[in-house]
Amino acid sequence: MSVTRDDLIDFIYAEARMLDEGRYDEWIDLWLPDGHYWMPLDYKQEDPLHVTSLLYEDIFMLKLRVERLNGARTFSQKPKSRGHHVIQRPFVDEMDDEAGRYVTNTSMHYVETRLDEQQLLALTAIHELKLVDGRLRIANKRVDLLNCDAAFGNIQLLP
Amino acid sequence: MGRYTDNPAAIAGLVRGGEVHRDTYIDPEIYKLEMKHLFANAWVFVGHESQTPGKGDYFTTQIGDQPVIQVRHTDGEIKVLYNRCPHKGTKIAIDRTGNTGKFFRCPYHAWSFKTDGCLLAIPLKKGYADTDFDQSEAKAGMRAVGAVKNYRGFIFARLAEEGISFEEFFGNSLSSLDNMVERSPAGKLEVAGPPLRYMHRCNWKMLVENQTDTCHPMVAHESSAGTAVQIWKDLGYTEDDPKPPAMEIIAPFMSPYEFFENMGIRTWPNGHGHTGVTESIHSKYSEITGYMGSMIEAYGEEKAKAILSENRHNTVYFPNIMIKGPIQQLRVFIPLAADKTLVESYIYRLVDAPDELVARNAMYNRMINAPTSIVGHDDLEMYERAQEGLHSDGLEWVNVQRLYTEEEDYAEERVENGTTERQMRNQFDAWVKFMTADMTAKEAAE
Ligand code: FES
Ligand SMILES: [Fe+2]
Repeated sequence: MSVTRDDLIDFIYAEARMLDEGRYDEWIDLWLPDGHYWMPLDYKQEDPLHVTSLLYEDIFMLKLRVERLNGARTFSQKPKSRGHHVIQRPFVDEMDDEAGRYVTNTSMHYVETRLDEQQLLALTAIHELKLVDGRLRIANKRVDLLNCDAAFGNIQLLP
Repeated sequence: MGRYTDNPAAIAGLVRGGEVHRDTYIDPEIYKLEMKHLFANAWVFVGHESQTPGKGDYFTTQIGDQPVIQVRHTDGEIKVLYNRCPHKGTKIAIDRTGNTGKFFRCPYHAWSFKTDGCLLAIPLKKGYADTDFDQSEAKAGMRAVGAVKNYRGFIFARLAEEGISFEEFFGNSLSSLDNMVERSPAGKLEVAGPPLRYMHRCNWKMLVENQTDTCHPMVAHESSAGTAVQIWKDLGYTEDDPKPPAMEIIAPFMSPYEFFENMGIRTWPNGHGHTGVTESIHSKYSEITGYMGSMIEAYGEEKAKAILSENRHNTVYFPNIMIKGPIQQLRVFIPLAADKTLVESYIYRLVDAPDELVARNAMYNRMINAPTSIVGHDDLEMYERAQEGLHSDGLEWVNVQRLYTEEEDYAEERVENGTTERQMRNQFDAWVKFMTADMTAKEAAE
């Protein structure tokens, strides 16, 4: 199977919709087992490991994060938050059919709301995707918040 | 002016044994008085010297509600200056860090100042020639804070010109900072990257109290740590299987009450104290190859083992910071209003120790203390509910009575059962002391 630009772009749109609709089991299933979701703390941060990030989570931590959202005693999600992405058409930055590896760069506005509060975050998401057994999967995802170094209250869902 | 200004008796009346009046958390007048009295007369953490390593390097922050600049002067010493131009008030620096060279230059009318604050030059100075400028407040330049102490790389300041000495204020509590520094084979820490910045819509004291609140983890963090333990079990692992670093960090939050009772709490005079006297949630982290060897080389076997056998959990340096020696973390509680607190969480690298150590610190910081952290969400939800709940007129007092006895003497260093709220009471004892120390009672006005 060969991957087209549209396949990649559709994938990014579908992922954002899964997050907004809270279809987390499907979302987790998009990931390859050794992937990481990285949200740097610093503008243009290069090292995820030896300085602090907002998030640098493997599949175990991502599962924990989404499972917790529905926990009986998850008080910060009583009532629940809601998230909403508006995304611009992704740039396809790398297309390596031979290796089955693809990189996209997508600008998004993300809104999260709970009770009477609502916050807006502008961000760039860089997806590294891989074609495995005929299916596109997330190998790694990096989310750079435009104001990553600002002081935030809770950001409870996944921008 | 309200009922607490110049009224030390009313301030003292807000704390009675095991109870604290809600005004200490919600009253804007109390917040203002805290900034004027408590934060001005106590020794308050400013920053670490490695944030300003070279001459002219500066870093901007706040002591209480006062904007200040920590700067490395031309003689290599660190100075702490009020961030205010003596001319018209303009803030001299607003970026979080930078280098100013040999002097600060105000961007408004180009008055310039040495990095110790002294006035260096004014353009078109002749305009002041016959004006008695020497009599002005401005001629002294940027004002320095009352006193500065560099303790093993940690910069503390007292705004007030006169007052308690650094050594008397902290006393034996400095042993926690000592232990954190000595965990480096070189006896030196370096800040690792910028801090997390997490805005809390609650009073700063709720955060400080939470640091030694050992009866909340298994309850408030059941949602995150409890779920982690459950997922781990579902994967087929048992308690005794080696855990990945993330599980080593989060699983101990679910330890039973008995564990926290036994770990102990120590309190020192002036509001300082720590949890984890015998052991703590940091005790069971796996060893990192090569680290013990370099520690033994640096200190000898006996001392190296003594340093690493301390596993103090949270040490509160009242009023504004908490440190975790075993994972080289420091959290600053910056009070912005009665109901608004900025928390900045720093980590440090142990100089000459393996990189895996700072990687663990970074993991802890982002897992537990980030605005995106599930454990952080658990805590903030509770603080904000408490801040809102205290506005209820149903009750007026907050209860901090667990294991309280009337004979408690906070001037005495003590080790107690790890679930006591003695450290919270100890903080309020210091709170009254520093709130009222330089407050003169006004004449009863008729
Ligand atoms: S305000 Fe600073 S030089 Fe005028
Ligand atoms: Fe907590």
